[in-house]
Amino acid sequence: MTRDDIEQALGEELARIAPDISLGEIDRSEDLRDEFDIDSIDFLNLVTALAKRFGLDMPETDYGEMDSFNHLADYLMAHLS
Amino acid sequence: MSAFLMPSLGADMEAGTLIEQAIAPGQPVSRGDIIAVVETQKGAIEIECYESGTVTEWLVAIGERVPVGTPLARIDTGEAAEPVAAASKPVPPPEPVEMEQALKPLPVSTGARVLASPAARRLAAKEGVDISALPVTPGQPIRHADVAAHLKAAPDPEPHTGLSAMRQAIAAAMSRSKREIPHFYLTHQVEMTALTDFIAEVNAGRAPEDRLLPPVFYLRAIARALQKYPEFNGHFEKGTFSPAGAANIGLAIALRGGGLVAPALFDVSAQERDELMAQMRDLIGRVRAGRFKARELSEATITLTSLGDRGVDGLFGVIYPPQVAIVGIGTPALRPWVVAGEVVSRQIATLTLAADHRVGDGHRGALFLRAIDRFLQEPETL
Repeated sequence: MTRDDIEQALGEELARIAPDISLGEIDRSEDLRDEFDIDSIDFLNLVTALAKRFGLDMPETDYGEMDSFNHLADYLMAHLS
Repeated sequence: MSAFLMPSLGADMEAGTLIEQAIAPGQPVSRGDIIAVVETQKGAIEIECYESGTVTEWLVAIGERVPVGTPLARIDTGEAAEPVAAASKPVPPPEPVEMEQALKPLPVSTGARVLASPAARRLAAKEGVDISALPVTPGQPIRHADVAAHLKAAPDPEPHTGLSAMRQAIAAAMSRSKREIPHFYLTHQVEMTALTDFIAEVNAGRAPEDRLLPPVFYLRAIARALQKYPEFNGHFEKGTFSPAGAANIGLAIALRGGGLVAPALFDVSAQERDELMAQMRDLIGRVRAGRFKARELSEATITLTSLGDRGVDGLFGVIYPPQVAIVGIGTPALRPWVVAGEVVSRQIATLTLAADHRVGDGHRGALFLRAIDRFLQEPETL
């Protein structure tokens, strides 16, 4: 799985949760939840969807590594390879 | 024979648009079945039937917008004819809303049934756009982007109000609240360490779909405290307070792009925390998709508003009539705290209560907040 595949999947899952904000509008290095205006239940839904899609655990103790779009993509890359 | 009426789904609703006739004429309907879907300022609401019988006839066409109390369908219940007004049991007569004159009427739609995504419906309801008037591609549902494009192309024809339908609904309910309810306010600082640690411990071994979030514990703690302080749980109508049996706690849910609704989670004391978490996720998902049940709007007996983890220290809520109390919880943050004579760093949140002075007072309100605090210190029992 390439970085592009991961970013595309991440974009799809975010679009389900925040259909009014497109990837092009956000700063990928800024706080993910601020950029997409998502609350803790949205974030939990995002993690749930990604964990299912990629077969990962994504424990709560790792949430700190998922704080921006780029960091979340890095996290998925690291755990999928 | 009886009639199924356009229900009132809260203090802020004076009319609704019938968008689905879920039961065809000649078909049986049972108490609790979804008989219709009604579009309101808050989105598409599924309406349950409170009687059993056979739907004989629909009296209102799909797409038609009618005032609360209008007969929508006739139901043959096997009993003799009753006056129409007495037929639909759960619907209180709409209270006069002074704001009504100031409110911009929703566009009256043309009657065709429209395919639209939940996000599109929600945006249309929020902005007061008649979704059936939008151009459609045959076989294609109307999407969020289509409604957004329509809004961009067609600015509000009545810019003097400048308020969306959702904003008007909130304005009407909150104006009534501030006019009629003598609010009093209390605040209390709560240490969240036990709760945060317990949630982290529970969630550590769980897949994301089974993880818990703090509001589940807030809800459980409030429900338990209400058992001791029932004067904060119920409805105040026509000069009388009716305490509710169960704690149906409305959860204030912010909608994307502005606005909020506070639908109920039913009988919170009777739900185990995992069950309650599942119900909360389901409810928030449906609300964000712009579709929920009528009972969820009309049967909340108290409201919880939680700022989540990206908010500020505290909030002072406005009571949603005819309820008599709203509990607020601010964003937990690290603060200096004194434990056994020593200043230590602890996770602290501000718990608030706004309550109706016609029903309760500050002394009992304070005991109620302290009870919530006490239960939050024993999260394993919630």
